[in-house]
Amino acid sequence: MELKDKILSSYVAFENEVDINSDVHEIRTEALENFEKLGFPTKRLEAWKYTSLNSVLKEDYSMFPNKCTSVELADVKKYFIHDIDTYKVIFIDGKYSPFLSETTHDKIDVCLMSAAFAKPKYQPVIKKYFNKVAKQDNLTSLNTAFAKEGAYIHIPKNTEVQKPIQIINFSTCADVSTMVQPRNLIVVEENAHVQIIERHQSLTSNAVLSNVVTEIFAEKSATVDVYKIQNDDINASLVDNTYVDQKSNSVVSVHTFSFGGNITRNNLNFYQNGEHIDSILKGVTIIEGKQHVDHHTLVHHIEPNCESHQDYKGIYDERSTAVFNGKVIVEKEAQKTNAYQQNNNVLVSDKATINAKPQLEIFADDVKCSHGCTIGQLDDDALFYMQQRGIPQKEGKALLMYAFANTVLESVKIPEVKSRITKLIAKKLGVNIGFDL
Amino acid sequence: MLKINNLHANIEDKSILKGLNLEVKAGEVHAIMGPNGAGKSTMASVIAGKEEYEVTGGTIELNGEDISELAPEERAHNGVFLSFQYPVEIPGVSVTNFIKTAINETRKAKGLEDMPAKDMLKMIREKSELLEIDRKFLSRSLNEGFSGGEKKRNEIFQMAMLEPKLAILDETDSGLDIDALRIVANGVNKLKSKDNAVIVITHYQRLLDYIVPDFVHVLHDGKIVKTGDASLALELEAKGYDWIKQELV
Repeated sequence: MELKDKILSSYVAFENEVDINSDVHEIRTEALENFEKLGFPTKRLEAWKYTSLNSVLKEDYSMFPNKCTSVELADVKKYFIHDIDTYKVIFIDGKYSPFLSETTHDKIDVCLMSAAFAKPKYQPVIKKYFNKVAKQDNLTSLNTAFAKEGAYIHIPKNTEVQKPIQIINFSTCADVSTMVQPRNLIVVEENAHVQIIERHQSLTSNAVLSNVVTEIFAEKSATVDVYKIQNDDINASLVDNTYVDQKSNSVVSVHTFSFGGNITRNNLNFYQNGEHIDSILKGVTIIEGKQHVDHHTLVHHIEPNCESHQDYKGIYDERSTAVFNGKVIVEKEAQKTNAYQQNNNVLVSDKATINAKPQLEIFADDVKCSHGCTIGQLDDDALFYMQQRGIPQKEGKALLMYAFANTVLESVKIPEVKSRITKLIAKKLGVNIGFDL
Repeated sequence: MLKINNLHANIEDKSILKGLNLEVKAGEVHAIMGPNGAGKSTMASVIAGKEEYEVTGGTIELNGEDISELAPEERAHNGVFLSFQYPVEIPGVSVTNFIKTAINETRKAKGLEDMPAKDMLKMIREKSELLEIDRKFLSRSLNEGFSGGEKKRNEIFQMAMLEPKLAILDETDSGLDIDALRIVANGVNKLKSKDNAVIVITHYQRLLDYIVPDFVHVLHDGKIVKTGDASLALELEAKGYDWIKQELV
């Protein structure tokens, strides 16, 4: 059976596990119909021209795996940012792990979507926000149809959350391939502040496909910082659909670190519904082998006097392939917009490919929009300079790549996250040097 | 220390060095002068092992060992240091971080442990004082936005940290005002010992007022065509290079 048919026919079983009389379920059913109509994206769609899911969709996925393996903290501790105190919302094969998690209802809500869907006290928030910014495209619709579990984060007005929140999805199934549909909702009320670290990690060599949707609502003067760490097993693929709705004077940053996985597709969408908003989208991609990373970003400038800053750096070795498609729309009303986009790529191997496409649609006449896109190799003179000082070629190259990526790293606000990323980069580049000594 | 025999080198099939001979002993300072395009910077790059140059003949011996087949970092580990005419800017890597990496990679190549952080800091403090370098400067990104003088001073700082056997200063005086020139030259003089050697490549005599050479060589068309003592530099300053070219005819 084709994956699409299998998904559609599994919906009946899914309906046994959820409240089918809720408003949310109406949204799900509508989304399923939408997915049924649209199907999986193909290369015929402009947005998927350079990313083919064909090889990934051939797998015989289990849609609702039981928790396959019990996971001990010692086995997975290395995937946590564990040197600081954090809240944790942890899922194993799509199921909540109370053992590994550390949730809270003390002034803020850091808990589960399944609880938020079920309990009456969360209904006002669910009603107001759930599925309100998510776009109804193929894969988002698929996720919405099966939206049941994920992280639910609600930060009330004027609250600065002291500890970062980690959302981690582990996959463990050793005898079946699994497909999961995590659904996160993050609502940050007026003048509140929160930091989130998100990771998807396969602990098995079986195929895993994660189709994630995260909706983030930043109300007036809210600040939200999100760090996505993508350093997964070579058989794990990820489609990350993140939608950000911002109100006046809010600042939202999303840093995406893509260091591994089979196919990784990031759909990152920002909608500026207010004035004096700042949206920050940054990423570092370092891949090799036959890995593929695709960043599709959208910043929609709807109202005047807002800013957006995009900075994506990519380093591609061997036969890896990548896409950067950065779309900026400036509506007619969005005068005095300041939109900045930078995308720099280094091809370490002549077999690696990057398809880079800045896409600006500007309807206002008093705006500052800059974009720069470069594709190049490492600078031989700089490398010789390093070697001359006794730094071997491999380490010299690594240092140059680190320096290249540094404009993204320097805006990471949590030192432990920055240090973790730095270590991952060193490991990724096969060197043992502490870049941030 | 350094013995260059009949060295020939090309870049992209263009012959630049055409039978260069030079011997430098420990404790000596040699100046290399010569008109533009004579091959001075090529000589420096070839000794340091820059890969775009192809050595087509001859040998480069350092303390009796032929280094002409070694990678640039291996030559550095053997004690060769080149102060670049145009030091490369590397944003995102601080001066301190860079020099720590350079020292520890050199130690690693010699089978030594990393230098303890305390010793490293002490050494950095001493050497930066020697070269009158502000500590704040050391946390800046390597050469990024540095003035010409700062870049050159930073080169000599790295030289002081790495303590090479053979230091080649490629037009270290260019872009320096007289105060910076004095500081850089004093630094070089303080680092000089009976166990190391310095090759100074320069267009002008003025650096040699501060770093007094034991020998002055004139490089012309890829070969050393005249050798003398410090007074030769003064003569060149007064008379230019044409008389040497005429002598050759």
